[in-house]
Amino acid sequence: MLEAVGLRSARQGRQLFKDLDFALRGGELLRVAGENGSGKTTLLKILAGLLAPDAGEVRWRGTPIRGLREEYSRELVYLGHAPAVKGDLTAAENLGIACTIAGADAQAQHVEGALASYGVPGDVPLRRLSQGQRRRAALARLLLAAAAPLWLLDEPFAALDAAATRLTEELIAGHVARGNAVVYTTHQEAGIGAAVQRVVALG
Amino acid sequence: MIAAARCILRRDLLLALRRRGDVATALLFFVIVASLFPLGVGAEPNLLRAVAPGVIWVSALLSSMLSLPRLFADDHADGTLEQMLLGAAPLGVIVAAKLLAHWLVAGLPLVAIAPLLALQYDLPPPLFGTLALSLLLGTPVLSLIGAIGAALTLGLRGGGVLLALLVLPLYVPVLIMGAGSVEMAGAGLGGQAQLMLLGAMLIVAAAFAPWAIAAALRISSE
Repeated sequence: MLEAVGLRSARQGRQLFKDLDFALRGGELLRVAGENGSGKTTLLKILAGLLAPDAGEVRWRGTPIRGLREEYSRELVYLGHAPAVKGDLTAAENLGIACTIAGADAQAQHVEGALASYGVPGDVPLRRLSQGQRRRAALARLLLAAAAPLWLLDEPFAALDAAATRLTEELIAGHVARGNAVVYTTHQEAGIGAAVQRVVALG
Repeated sequence: MIAAARCILRRDLLLALRRRGDVATALLFFVIVASLFPLGVGAEPNLLRAVAPGVIWVSALLSSMLSLPRLFADDHADGTLEQMLLGAAPLGVIVAAKLLAHWLVAGLPLVAIAPLLALQYDLPPPLFGTLALSLLLGTPVLSLIGAIGAALTLGLRGGGVLLALLVLPLYVPVLIMGAGSVEMAGAGLGGQAQLMLLGAMLIVAAAFAPWAIAAALRISSE
Protein backbone atom coordinates (compact mmCIF):
# COMPACT_ATOMS: atom_id res chain seq x y z
CA MET A 1 0.00 0.00 0.00
CA LEU A 2 2.54 2.52 1.19
CA GLU A 3 6.01 2.60 -0.29
CA ALA A 4 8.96 4.83 0.46
CA VAL A 5 11.74 4.91 -2.12
CA GLY A 6 15.14 6.45 -1.46
CA LEU A 7 13.87 9.10 0.97
CA ARG A 8 16.38 11.70 2.06
CA SER A 9 15.72 14.65 4.30
CA ALA A 10 17.78 17.37 5.92
CA ARG A 11 16.50 20.01 8.33
CA GLN A 12 18.50 23.15 9.04
CA GLY A 13 21.44 21.76 7.08
CA ARG A 14 21.69 18.56 9.12
CA GLN A 15 21.03 15.29 7.38
CA LEU A 16 18.38 13.26 9.19
CA PHE A 17 18.20 10.21 6.98
CA LYS A 18 19.07 9.13 3.46
CA ASP A 19 18.29 6.23 1.13
CA LEU A 20 15.41 5.19 3.30
CA ASP A 21 13.38 2.44 1.64
CA PHE A 22 10.48 0.45 2.98
CA ALA A 23 7.18 -0.94 1.81
CA LEU A 24 4.13 -1.49 3.93
CA ARG A 25 1.29 -3.77 2.92
CA GLY A 26 -2.20 -3.96 4.36
CA GLY A 27 -2.23 -5.67 7.75
CA GLU A 28 1.24 -4.46 8.65
CA LEU A 29 2.40 -2.23 11.43
CA LEU A 30 5.46 0.00 11.14
CA ARG A 31 7.16 1.49 14.16
CA VAL A 32 9.51 4.40 13.57
CA ALA A 33 12.08 4.31 16.34
CA GLY A 34 14.85 6.73 17.13
CA GLU A 35 16.01 9.18 19.72
CA ASN A 36 14.83 12.78 20.02
CA GLY A 37 15.79 14.82 17.00
CA SER A 38 16.45 11.82 14.80
CA GLY A 39 13.74 12.81 12.31
CA LYS A 40 10.76 10.68 13.32
CA THR A 41 8.27 13.52 13.02
CA THR A 42 9.86 14.69 9.76
CA LEU A 43 9.51 11.21 8.30
CA LEU A 44 5.86 11.02 9.33
CA LYS A 45 5.15 14.43 7.81
CA ILE A 46 6.79 13.31 4.59
CA LEU A 47 4.65 10.18 4.57
CA ALA A 48 1.54 12.33 5.13
CA GLY A 49 2.53 14.62 2.27
CA LEU A 50 2.92 17.66 4.53
CA LEU A 51 6.63 17.93 3.75
CA ALA A 52 8.45 17.22 0.52
CA PRO A 53 11.51 14.96 0.85
CA ASP A 54 14.83 16.27 -0.48
CA ALA A 55 15.12 13.14 -2.59
CA GLY A 56 13.05 10.05 -3.24
CA GLU A 57 9.31 9.70 -3.17
CA VAL A 58 6.40 8.18 -1.32
CA ARG A 59 3.96 6.03 -3.25
CA TRP A 60 0.44 5.07 -2.31
CA ARG A 61 -0.83 1.97 -4.10
CA GLY A 62 1.91 2.49 -6.67
CA THR A 63 1.22 6.17 -7.46
CA PRO A 64 3.44 8.98 -6.12
CA ILE A 65 1.48 10.93 -3.49
CA ARG A 66 2.52 14.27 -5.02
CA GLY A 67 0.05 13.66 -7.83
CA LEU A 68 -2.72 12.33 -5.60
CA ARG A 69 -3.12 15.20 -3.11
CA GLU A 70 -6.70 15.06 -1.77
CA GLU A 71 -7.31 11.54 -3.08
CA TYR A 72 -4.47 10.42 -0.82
CA SER A 73 -5.29 12.57 2.19
CA ARG A 74 -8.84 11.23 2.21
CA GLU A 75 -7.39 7.74 2.75
CA LEU A 76 -5.26 8.60 5.75
CA VAL A 77 -5.60 9.82 9.29
CA TYR A 78 -2.64 11.81 10.56
CA LEU A 79 -2.39 12.66 14.23
CA GLY A 80 0.55 14.97 14.71
CA HIS A 81 2.61 15.95 17.70
CA ALA A 82 0.31 18.89 18.42
CA PRO A 83 -3.12 17.57 19.36
CA ALA A 84 -5.00 19.87 16.91
CA VAL A 85 -7.67 20.73 19.45
CA LYS A 86 -8.92 24.13 20.60
CA GLY A 87 -8.98 24.92 24.29
CA ASP A 88 -12.07 27.09 23.92
CA LEU A 89 -14.14 24.31 22.40
CA THR A 90 -15.48 21.23 24.14
CA ALA A 91 -14.12 17.77 23.36
CA ALA A 92 -17.28 16.88 21.43
CA GLU A 93 -17.09 20.05 19.31
CA ASN A 94 -13.38 19.47 18.63
CA LEU A 95 -13.92 15.88 17.57
CA GLY A 96 -16.92 16.69 15.37
CA ILE A 97 -14.99 19.47 13.64
CA ALA A 98 -11.90 17.29 13.13
CA CYS A 99 -14.03 14.60 11.48
CA THR A 100 -15.85 17.10 9.25
CA ILE A 101 -12.59 18.68 8.07
CA ALA A 102 -11.31 15.20 7.23
CA GLY A 103 -14.45 14.65 5.16
CA ALA A 104 -16.01 12.05 7.46
CA ASP A 105 -19.59 12.26 8.58
CA ALA A 106 -19.54 12.69 12.36
CA GLN A 107 -22.81 11.83 14.04
CA ALA A 108 -23.36 13.17 17.52
CA GLN A 109 -23.90 9.81 19.17
CA HIS A 110 -20.73 8.35 17.61
CA VAL A 111 -18.73 11.34 18.83
CA GLU A 112 -20.17 10.96 22.34
CA GLY A 113 -19.45 7.22 22.26
CA ALA A 114 -15.83 7.71 21.16
CA LEU A 115 -15.21 10.25 23.90
CA ALA A 116 -16.86 8.02 26.49
CA SER A 117 -14.53 5.15 25.50
CA TYR A 118 -11.57 7.40 26.17
CA GLY A 119 -13.16 8.75 29.34
CA VAL A 120 -13.17 12.40 28.28
CA PRO A 121 -16.11 14.59 29.34
CA GLY A 122 -17.67 15.86 26.12
CA ASP A 123 -19.23 19.09 27.35
CA VAL A 124 -16.36 20.88 29.13
CA PRO A 125 -14.06 23.34 27.31
CA LEU A 126 -10.75 21.54 26.84
CA ARG A 127 -8.69 24.26 28.45
CA ARG A 128 -10.16 23.19 31.79
CA LEU A 129 -8.89 19.63 31.30
CA SER A 130 -5.40 18.23 31.80
CA GLN A 131 -2.75 17.68 29.12
CA GLY A 132 -3.41 13.94 29.14
CA GLN A 133 -7.14 14.43 28.72
CA ARG A 134 -6.56 16.72 25.73
CA ARG A 135 -4.39 14.03 24.23
CA ARG A 136 -7.17 11.50 24.83
CA ALA A 137 -9.69 13.84 23.18
CA ALA A 138 -7.43 14.00 20.11
CA LEU A 139 -6.92 10.23 20.03
CA ALA A 140 -10.66 9.58 20.29
CA ARG A 141 -10.67 10.36 16.59
CA LEU A 142 -9.17 6.93 15.95
CA LEU A 143 -12.44 5.36 17.08
CA LEU A 144 -14.23 7.22 14.28
CA ALA A 145 -11.54 6.57 11.68
CA ALA A 146 -11.91 2.84 11.11
CA ALA A 147 -12.62 3.46 7.43
CA ALA A 148 -9.25 5.08 6.70
CA PRO A 149 -6.82 2.45 5.36
CA LEU A 150 -3.73 4.27 6.65
CA TRP A 151 -3.05 5.76 10.07
CA LEU A 152 0.01 7.92 10.70
CA LEU A 153 0.43 8.53 14.40
CA ASP A 154 3.14 10.74 15.86
CA GLU A 155 3.92 9.77 19.46
CA PRO A 156 0.42 8.46 20.17
CA PHE A 157 1.37 7.36 23.68
CA ALA A 158 2.87 10.65 24.87
CA ALA A 159 1.23 11.99 28.07
CA LEU A 160 -1.14 9.01 28.31
CA ASP A 161 -1.73 6.93 31.43
CA ALA A 162 -1.66 3.13 31.47
CA ALA A 163 -5.37 2.62 30.70
CA ALA A 164 -5.42 5.03 27.78
CA THR A 165 -2.16 3.57 26.44
CA ARG A 166 -3.67 0.09 26.51
CA LEU A 167 -6.83 1.27 24.73
CA THR A 168 -4.76 3.00 22.04
CA GLU A 169 -2.62 -0.11 21.57
CA GLU A 170 -5.75 -2.20 21.18
CA LEU A 171 -7.16 0.22 18.62
CA ILE A 172 -3.96 0.12 16.59
CA ALA A 173 -3.77 -3.69 16.77
CA GLY A 174 -7.44 -3.97 15.77
CA HIS A 175 -6.98 -1.62 12.82
CA VAL A 176 -3.99 -3.61 11.58
CA ALA A 177 -5.87 -6.89 12.06
CA ARG A 178 -8.63 -5.59 9.74
CA GLY A 179 -6.07 -5.36 6.94
CA ASN A 180 -5.10 -1.70 7.25
CA ALA A 181 -1.67 -0.17 7.65
CA VAL A 182 -0.47 1.85 10.63
CA VAL A 183 2.76 3.83 10.98
CA TYR A 184 3.60 5.24 14.39
CA THR A 185 6.55 6.78 16.19
CA THR A 186 7.59 6.14 19.74
CA HIS A 187 10.70 5.92 21.89
CA GLN A 188 9.31 3.15 24.06
CA GLU A 189 9.01 -0.49 23.17
CA ALA A 190 5.27 -0.72 22.79
CA GLY A 191 3.35 -3.92 23.30
CA ILE A 192 1.13 -3.94 20.26
CA GLY A 193 0.08 -7.44 19.25
CA ALA A 194 0.11 -7.26 15.47
CA ALA A 195 0.96 -10.15 13.17
CA VAL A 196 3.51 -8.31 11.05
CA GLN A 197 5.58 -5.65 12.73
CA ARG A 198 8.40 -3.74 11.15
CA VAL A 199 10.74 -1.22 12.65
CA VAL A 200 12.55 1.64 10.96
CA ALA A 201 15.33 2.91 13.20
CA LEU A 202 16.50 6.45 12.54
CA GLY A 203 19.61 8.21 13.79
CA MET B 1 -16.85 20.41 0.58
CA ILE B 2 -19.78 22.65 1.53
CA ALA B 3 -20.02 20.80 4.85
CA ALA B 4 -16.34 21.46 5.61
CA ALA B 5 -16.68 25.15 4.71
CA ARG B 6 -19.81 25.53 6.84
CA CYS B 7 -18.09 23.71 9.70
CA ILE B 8 -15.05 26.04 9.59
CA LEU B 9 -17.26 29.13 9.43
CA ARG B 10 -19.28 27.93 12.41
CA ARG B 11 -16.15 26.97 14.33
CA ASP B 12 -14.44 30.34 13.85
CA LEU B 13 -17.57 32.26 14.81
CA LEU B 14 -17.94 30.04 17.89
CA LEU B 15 -14.30 30.65 18.84
CA ALA B 16 -14.80 34.40 18.42
CA LEU B 17 -17.90 34.19 20.61
CA ARG B 18 -15.96 32.39 23.35
CA ARG B 19 -13.06 34.88 23.17
CA ARG B 20 -14.96 38.13 22.93
CA GLY B 21 -12.00 40.11 24.27
CA ASP B 22 -9.93 39.53 21.13
CA VAL B 23 -12.79 40.68 18.93
CA ALA B 24 -13.42 43.77 21.01
CA THR B 25 -9.73 44.81 20.85
CA ALA B 26 -9.76 45.55 17.11
CA LEU B 27 -13.09 47.39 17.31
CA LEU B 28 -12.04 49.46 20.33
CA PHE B 29 -8.76 50.30 18.60
CA PHE B 30 -10.74 51.63 15.63
CA VAL B 31 -13.02 53.71 17.84
CA ILE B 32 -10.18 55.12 19.94
CA VAL B 33 -7.86 56.02 17.05
CA ALA B 34 -10.70 57.69 15.14
CA SER B 35 -11.73 59.58 18.30
CA LEU B 36 -8.23 60.86 19.07
CA PHE B 37 -7.94 62.91 15.89
CA PRO B 38 -10.61 65.53 16.73
CA LEU B 39 -8.91 65.95 20.11
CA GLY B 40 -5.52 66.37 18.48
CA VAL B 41 -6.26 68.63 15.52
CA GLY B 42 -8.78 70.83 17.29
CA ALA B 43 -12.47 71.41 16.86
CA GLU B 44 -12.40 73.42 13.64
CA PRO B 45 -15.44 71.96 11.78
CA ASN B 46 -14.21 72.61 8.24
CA LEU B 47 -10.88 70.96 8.95
CA LEU B 48 -12.56 67.97 10.59
CA ARG B 49 -15.00 67.58 7.70
CA ALA B 50 -12.08 67.63 5.28
CA VAL B 51 -10.01 64.97 7.09
CA ALA B 52 -12.92 62.73 8.14
CA PRO B 53 -12.94 60.21 5.26
CA GLY B 54 -9.18 59.77 5.30
CA VAL B 55 -8.88 59.46 9.07
CA ILE B 56 -11.74 56.99 9.39
CA TRP B 57 -10.39 54.92 6.54
CA VAL B 58 -6.83 54.87 7.92
CA SER B 59 -8.18 53.86 11.33
CA ALA B 60 -10.16 51.01 9.75
CA LEU B 61 -7.08 49.93 7.84
CA LEU B 62 -4.86 49.85 10.95
CA SER B 63 -7.54 48.07 12.93
CA SER B 64 -7.82 45.43 10.25
CA MET B 65 -4.00 45.01 10.36
CA LEU B 66 -4.20 44.45 14.09
CA SER B 67 -6.29 41.30 13.85
CA LEU B 68 -4.33 39.76 10.94
CA PRO B 69 -1.40 38.02 12.67
CA ARG B 70 -3.79 35.84 14.67
CA LEU B 71 -5.73 34.74 11.62
CA PHE B 72 -3.70 31.56 11.04
CA ALA B 73 -1.29 31.63 14.00
CA ASP B 74 -3.52 29.69 16.43
CA ASP B 75 -4.35 26.99 13.91
CA HIS B 76 -0.66 26.75 13.03
CA ALA B 77 0.43 26.44 16.67
CA ASP B 78 -2.03 23.76 17.73
CA GLY B 79 -1.74 21.58 14.64
CA THR B 80 -5.21 22.28 13.23
CA LEU B 81 -3.62 23.76 10.11
CA GLU B 82 -1.98 20.41 9.33
CA GLN B 83 -5.39 18.78 9.54
CA MET B 84 -6.79 21.43 7.18
CA LEU B 85 -3.93 20.79 4.73
CA LEU B 86 -4.81 17.09 4.85
CA GLY B 87 -8.54 17.75 4.76
CA ALA B 88 -10.93 16.37 2.18
CA ALA B 89 -11.96 19.83 0.97
CA PRO B 90 -9.63 21.98 -1.17
CA LEU B 91 -7.60 24.30 1.05
CA GLY B 92 -8.81 27.36 -0.87
CA VAL B 93 -12.40 26.65 0.15
CA ILE B 94 -11.44 26.28 3.81
CA VAL B 95 -9.44 29.51 3.64
CA ALA B 96 -12.41 31.31 2.08
CA ALA B 97 -14.65 30.13 4.94
CA LYS B 98 -12.08 31.27 7.51
CA LEU B 99 -11.83 34.68 5.86
CA LEU B 100 -15.60 35.10 5.77
CA ALA B 101 -15.72 34.36 9.51
CA HIS B 102 -12.83 36.76 10.10
CA TRP B 103 -14.51 39.56 8.19
CA LEU B 104 -17.87 39.02 9.93
CA VAL B 105 -16.10 39.37 13.26
CA ALA B 106 -13.45 42.01 12.51
CA GLY B 107 -14.71 43.89 9.44
CA LEU B 108 -18.47 44.15 9.65
CA PRO B 109 -18.51 45.88 13.09
CA LEU B 110 -16.25 48.61 11.65
CA VAL B 111 -18.76 49.22 8.86
CA ALA B 112 -21.58 49.45 11.37
CA ILE B 113 -19.87 51.85 13.74
CA ALA B 114 -18.20 54.13 11.17
CA PRO B 115 -21.24 56.46 10.72
CA LEU B 116 -21.28 56.98 14.47
CA LEU B 117 -17.63 58.05 14.39
CA ALA B 118 -18.39 60.30 11.42
CA LEU B 119 -20.66 62.30 13.72
CA GLN B 120 -17.58 63.44 15.65
CA TYR B 121 -16.23 64.94 12.43
CA ASP B 122 -19.46 66.71 11.59
CA LEU B 123 -19.64 64.79 8.33
CA PRO B 124 -22.97 65.62 6.63
CA PRO B 125 -25.45 62.75 7.21
CA PRO B 126 -26.05 62.18 3.44
CA LEU B 127 -22.44 60.99 3.24
CA PHE B 128 -22.88 58.33 5.93
CA GLY B 129 -24.27 55.93 3.38
CA THR B 130 -21.31 56.36 1.03
CA LEU B 131 -18.87 55.97 3.93
CA ALA B 132 -20.50 52.75 5.14
CA LEU B 133 -20.80 51.39 1.61
CA SER B 134 -17.14 52.15 0.85
CA LEU B 135 -16.12 50.31 4.03
CA LEU B 136 -18.51 47.46 3.25
CA LEU B 137 -16.77 46.94 -0.09
CA GLY B 138 -13.28 47.83 1.13
CA THR B 139 -12.81 45.94 4.42
CA PRO B 140 -13.22 42.48 2.81
CA VAL B 141 -10.50 43.46 0.32
CA LEU B 142 -8.27 44.43 3.26
CA SER B 143 -8.91 41.04 4.90
CA LEU B 144 -8.24 39.14 1.67
CA ILE B 145 -4.99 40.97 0.86
CA GLY B 146 -3.85 40.95 4.47
CA ALA B 147 -4.42 37.22 4.77
CA ILE B 148 -1.92 36.57 1.97
CA GLY B 149 0.68 38.40 4.05
CA ALA B 150 -0.42 36.61 7.22
CA ALA B 151 -0.04 33.25 5.49
CA LEU B 152 3.40 34.13 4.10
CA THR B 153 4.77 35.35 7.44
CA LEU B 154 3.26 32.47 9.41
CA GLY B 155 5.62 31.06 12.01
CA LEU B 156 8.33 33.67 11.38
CA ARG B 157 9.95 35.50 14.26
CA GLY B 158 9.11 39.19 14.05
CA GLY B 159 6.43 38.25 11.56
CA GLY B 160 4.14 41.04 12.79
CA VAL B 161 6.43 43.84 11.60
CA LEU B 162 7.19 42.06 8.36
CA LEU B 163 3.47 41.60 7.82
CA ALA B 164 2.86 45.34 8.16
CA LEU B 165 5.71 46.15 5.74
CA LEU B 166 4.40 43.61 3.27
CA VAL B 167 0.72 44.44 3.41
CA LEU B 168 0.40 48.19 4.03
CA PRO B 169 1.71 49.22 0.56
CA LEU B 170 -0.86 46.88 -0.98
CA TYR B 171 -3.60 48.59 1.03
CA VAL B 172 -2.87 51.95 -0.63
CA PRO B 173 -5.18 51.58 -3.66
CA VAL B 174 -8.04 50.48 -1.40
CA LEU B 175 -7.44 53.46 0.86
CA ILE B 176 -7.35 55.91 -2.04
CA MET B 177 -10.56 54.56 -3.57
CA GLY B 178 -12.35 54.23 -0.22
CA ALA B 179 -11.56 57.67 1.16
CA GLY B 180 -11.87 59.17 -2.33
CA SER B 181 -15.41 57.95 -2.77
CA VAL B 182 -16.56 59.84 0.34
CA GLU B 183 -14.66 62.98 -0.67
CA MET B 184 -16.14 62.89 -4.16
CA ALA B 185 -19.63 62.40 -2.79
CA GLY B 186 -18.98 65.33 -0.40
CA ALA B 187 -17.93 67.54 -3.32
CA GLY B 188 -21.20 66.73 -5.05
CA LEU B 189 -19.58 64.64 -7.76
CA GLY B 190 -20.94 61.33 -6.52
CA GLY B 191 -18.64 58.56 -5.40
CA GLN B 192 -19.97 55.89 -7.74
CA ALA B 193 -16.82 55.58 -9.82
CA GLN B 194 -14.65 54.85 -6.77
CA LEU B 195 -17.24 52.51 -5.29
CA MET B 196 -17.40 50.56 -8.53
CA LEU B 197 -13.62 50.25 -8.59
CA LEU B 198 -13.72 49.04 -4.96
CA GLY B 199 -16.35 46.50 -5.97
CA ALA B 200 -14.14 45.34 -8.83
CA MET B 201 -11.19 44.98 -6.45
CA LEU B 202 -13.38 42.93 -4.12
CA ILE B 203 -14.47 40.57 -6.90
CA VAL B 204 -10.92 40.04 -8.13
CA ALA B 205 -9.55 39.58 -4.61
CA ALA B 206 -12.34 37.19 -3.60
CA ALA B 207 -11.76 35.08 -6.68
CA PHE B 208 -7.97 34.80 -6.48
CA ALA B 209 -6.80 35.55 -2.93
CA PRO B 210 -8.03 32.28 -1.32
CA TRP B 211 -5.92 30.23 -3.72
CA ALA B 212 -2.89 32.48 -3.20
CA ILE B 213 -3.38 32.14 0.56
CA ALA B 214 -3.68 28.36 0.27
CA ALA B 215 -0.42 28.21 -1.68
CA ALA B 216 1.28 30.49 0.87
CA LEU B 217 0.05 28.30 3.74
CA ARG B 218 1.50 25.21 2.08
CA ILE B 219 4.86 26.96 1.77
CA SER B 220 4.81 28.29 5.35
CA SER B 221 3.88 24.97 6.92
CA GLU B 222 6.84 23.14 5.39
